[in-house]
Amino acid sequence: MTVKPELMKRMVKGPDGLEFEVDPLRDYYCEAPPTVMPGAYIQIVEDFFNWARSQSLWILGFGTGCGAIEMRPLMTPRFDAYRFGVAWRPTPRQANLFIISGYLSTKTLKRAIRAYEQMQNPKYVIGLGSCTINGGMYWDSYNTIKKLDEYLPVDLYIAGCMPRPEALLAGFEEMKKIIRAGKAEGANQYAENFAWYKANQKRVIHDWDMPDYNW
Amino acid sequence: MDFDWMKIPYAFLTVFIVVNYGFLMGALIQKIGARAGRRYGIPIWQYYMDVIKNYGLRSSITHGVMFYLGPVFRLSGGVGLLLFMPVIYGSYMFSNFSFAGDLILALYFVFFGTLGMALGAGESGHPHAAIGVTRGLQQVSMAELPFAMAVFSVALQYQTLSMTDIVAAQQGGVMNWTLFTNPIAVAAAMLAFLGSMMRPPFDVFIAPQEIPIGPPTEYHSSYLALMQTNRAIFPVAKIVIYMNLFFGGAASWPELFVKVFFLYLFSAFVGVCFPRFRVEQSIRFFLVWAVPLGILSIMVV
Repeated sequence: MTVKPELMKRMVKGPDGLEFEVDPLRDYYCEAPPTVMPGAYIQIVEDFFNWARSQSLWILGFGTGCGAIEMRPLMTPRFDAYRFGVAWRPTPRQANLFIISGYLSTKTLKRAIRAYEQMQNPKYVIGLGSCTINGGMYWDSYNTIKKLDEYLPVDLYIAGCMPRPEALLAGFEEMKKIIRAGKAEGANQYAENFAWYKANQKRVIHDWDMPDYNW
Repeated sequence: MDFDWMKIPYAFLTVFIVVNYGFLMGALIQKIGARAGRRYGIPIWQYYMDVIKNYGLRSSITHGVMFYLGPVFRLSGGVGLLLFMPVIYGSYMFSNFSFAGDLILALYFVFFGTLGMALGAGESGHPHAAIGVTRGLQQVSMAELPFAMAVFSVALQYQTLSMTDIVAAQQGGVMNWTLFTNPIAVAAAMLAFLGSMMRPPFDVFIAPQEIPIGPPTEYHSSYLALMQTNRAIFPVAKIVIYMNLFFGGAASWPELFVKVFFLYLFSAFVGVCFPRFRVEQSIRFFLVWAVPLGILSIMVV
């Protein structure tokens, strides 16, 4: 594992002339691993929250591949996904639905993992396009991942190359059913099988220069 | 000092009504904006869903004490503003905790939430939050200047700092409204109003297309839900000030709903018609157009 120079432990001189030690990975990140977070204790409350979650899907506006071009028409008058309670948020902290739109190169996978880990529990992942299922037309590429499910817990796949915006809308409706049924527990699944996911991620990402879990 | 304890549940009732009205009106204005873009727009109950979902998120992380207090300050700015002014004129139930000098307190509370937000966003440590809140403070301070001048002008005109007295002076017909008795002050205040409503053309500091949404970048779950609740209360509270000062106040809830809606619609209307200003452009706009009007209104009175 190679660590970038700016992430290595070093001595820094402050503006007041005082020297102190900085360990970026330790000081700037919280390395506590994710924990399984149970839902509300009373089932009917959890069902109520699930219903509200399904009516308010906030997508992280992060296009990872060519499929991102199919998400843009959803904001326009022709498809207008807002009427289904779907909105785009520019920051992972506020988003709770991550759409991996098309192929993921290993370089982008690193960013996708960081973005996913910064989202708040419960969070959902939709794999868009054939590339996220089995590599699609990049099945023999050396720098894209083939099965998204090995790196992030996927709740739903939308097949096609590329799926049309209508397919995405149908996918959102399907996603809502999964959430309402209480089956969209990807975040907890990620926490339970954390070691397995990390091992898979580190197998393809060779320049791992971040903590194991970044909140 | 005799304090009337019955005012406390009445004040809660006011906040409850205003929260619900704020959510529904916000969604309605959003829908109107969407129709201007030939979209159908969000469902009218969307804001309830968003808030319930955000309160219902299981995890939340913190960046420190001020990060907690930021949304709390913001919400107390909105609620405080609402509670210290007479919401319904002539009503004992909804006069809240208004007192003789409430106008000065209201001016302070308008700014209070923004300052709290600055502290919270600063502690979150995200560069977008820091830049966003700097821009926001610059613009809101500049927009506050003509508004403060208009308020002084109105206070001079009616020789009082009590909002109830100002509303009382405007009763008895539309022609008694400050809008007609002191139009220059109203013009200056309405320009300032555009600047503080966080809608285009003056929303560069929270626009998702600029630096990703600015001050609330790091806010999530319940923090964000608190801020969303404030987004329902604060505009209504601010518009109620404007309504009391310039548009004759309201003697009943339906009258208040209609007046607040049309005042909000004014900023939404300007918002869909004009492109977004950069911060230095908006500051120049206020300096060139709004501040001279404010000075003029004080001199005329």
